[in-house]
Amino acid sequence: MRHEFVNRDTIVLRAVTRLYGRQLAVDAVDLNLRAGECVGLVGHNGAGKSTMIKMMLGLIRPTRGSVQVLGEDPSAGAAAAARRELGYLPENVALHPSLTGAETLAFYARLKGQPVAGNKALLERVGIAAAADRRVGTYSKGMRQRLGLAQALLGNPRALLLDEPTTGLDPALRQSFYEIVGELRRDGATILLSSHALAELEGQVDRVVVMNRGRKVADGGIAELRSLAAIQPRIRFRADGAEIDKFAGWASTPDGRLERACAEDEVAAILRELPKSARQIEILRPTLDELYAQFQKGAE
Amino acid sequence: MRQVFIIMGKEWRDGMRNRWVLATTALLAALALTLAFLGSAPTGAVKTGALAVTIVSLSSLTIFLIPLIALLLSYDAIVGEIDRGTMALLLSYPVARWQVVFGKFFGHLAILGFATVIGYGFAGLALQLAGNDNSDAWSAFVFMIGTSALLGGVFIAIGYFISALVRDRGTAGGIAIGVWLFFVLLYDMALLGGLVVDQGRNVTPQMLNVLLLLNPADVYRLLNLTTSNDVSGFAGVAGLGAGAGLGPWTLMGALAAWMVAPLAASVALFARRQV
Repeated sequence: MRHEFVNRDTIVLRAVTRLYGRQLAVDAVDLNLRAGECVGLVGHNGAGKSTMIKMMLGLIRPTRGSVQVLGEDPSAGAAAAARRELGYLPENVALHPSLTGAETLAFYARLKGQPVAGNKALLERVGIAAAADRRVGTYSKGMRQRLGLAQALLGNPRALLLDEPTTGLDPALRQSFYEIVGELRRDGATILLSSHALAELEGQVDRVVVMNRGRKVADGGIAELRSLAAIQPRIRFRADGAEIDKFAGWASTPDGRLERACAEDEVAAILRELPKSARQIEILRPTLDELYAQFQKGAE
Repeated sequence: MRQVFIIMGKEWRDGMRNRWVLATTALLAALALTLAFLGSAPTGAVKTGALAVTIVSLSSLTIFLIPLIALLLSYDAIVGEIDRGTMALLLSYPVARWQVVFGKFFGHLAILGFATVIGYGFAGLALQLAGNDNSDAWSAFVFMIGTSALLGGVFIAIGYFISALVRDRGTAGGIAIGVWLFFVLLYDMALLGGLVVDQGRNVTPQMLNVLLLLNPADVYRLLNLTTSNDVSGFAGVAGLGAGAGLGPWTLMGALAAWMVAPLAASVALFARRQV
């Protein structure tokens, strides 16, 4: 591993509260992000995701509680060193329209104290090397997003904060985006991905933090969240007409199949008891969106 | 310091790209040339050189134009970047907020300074080449170019102050125009009106001096129209009374203070601002 801080906390939030006037944006949130970990931050618009990321960047100060990023308070003057090792991609990234892609990246590389020589490879990595000498004002949304990602990757950051990074990316680019994220994680970087589409994060993140109205309502691996949310798996199948009577406790679905919910450890037993004539057997596990809806309900 | 230079370079490049530099330089050169040749036509037989006349007319022009250009360049600098979202990204880099303000300031000052030096210098050279000139006025001409850039710096700093103060760009633009009207037109009208009504009963020369120092445009006027004898012969009204009590160093100091104070205030405001 490249970094020596593997398994140590790179970002720590302690009882962080942020008020905007009298409105509560973030409410007593505790959060630890470790090196080599990719964490999804999920919540609807206004749940406090962007506010949390901005506090980690030191753009705004918490009203109460403390934020530590790479061992420093990000809003203190001394945080310049930590920011050198931090990558940030804002939601709907805005760049200077009159500069070209290459100039934009060179500007940010200089600010970070990085050699400009590596920029070409970086532009190739995100797939906009061909448009490097065009003005950013002529870029499509997807291209701006790629350039935004390129600037976040400058200098191999130890912590990456990506606010809604995949909005506006086409599926192929989304794929390559997650490949890049995976590489960085293997190198020991901490990655925080915020999203309102929980389903998209499945298989990409180690852990999901669910936010609702400024509160952290869940924090754990996706399997863990499933058991926490207590949504049971459902078994569905099509039975022959003669057999239907044997399954009195089962509900029938609109397409004429039978369905029932059960505990996870009952699944195997129930499947064994199904008749030979059973067709179209399905085990339905809650999708992330259902999980998310459950947590939202639980939090209200 | 490195970060200041990087941001300054970016502002300069932005200015080149969106034609601010070109447009401003061309405008100032065209107006200066027009004034230099049309304005000096009647002085052909008089002893005073054409350059001296040009200084008087150019500095009157500068008082109107430079603050306007400076405010247009600067009112958007902070609030606009916050609005568009580019500021949040910039501040996530290892850059202090004062470095952002200073970098932008020197970048904008470089744009305005370049336009003034090239635009006005071009007119001066043209007069020199045309041969109707006395070379004594050159130092006053160079002095005028320098103070014009300084006046630009004052209004750029005031523009940043507005930009750091208000919540949206439209308001900032409105206030900038108001500030321009106030300092360039209304203040002098009110001052003259007040003096006429007062008839010298209450307003002492010292008070008048203070009142003139409270407007950077008047400080600039006094600096250019009274500190050189050759020029003050032509300057008329501005040469009367007030100039006597205020030496060039006081005036320069006042102009510098008018630049430093709003700049410091905008750094302080921006430091506390939410991005």
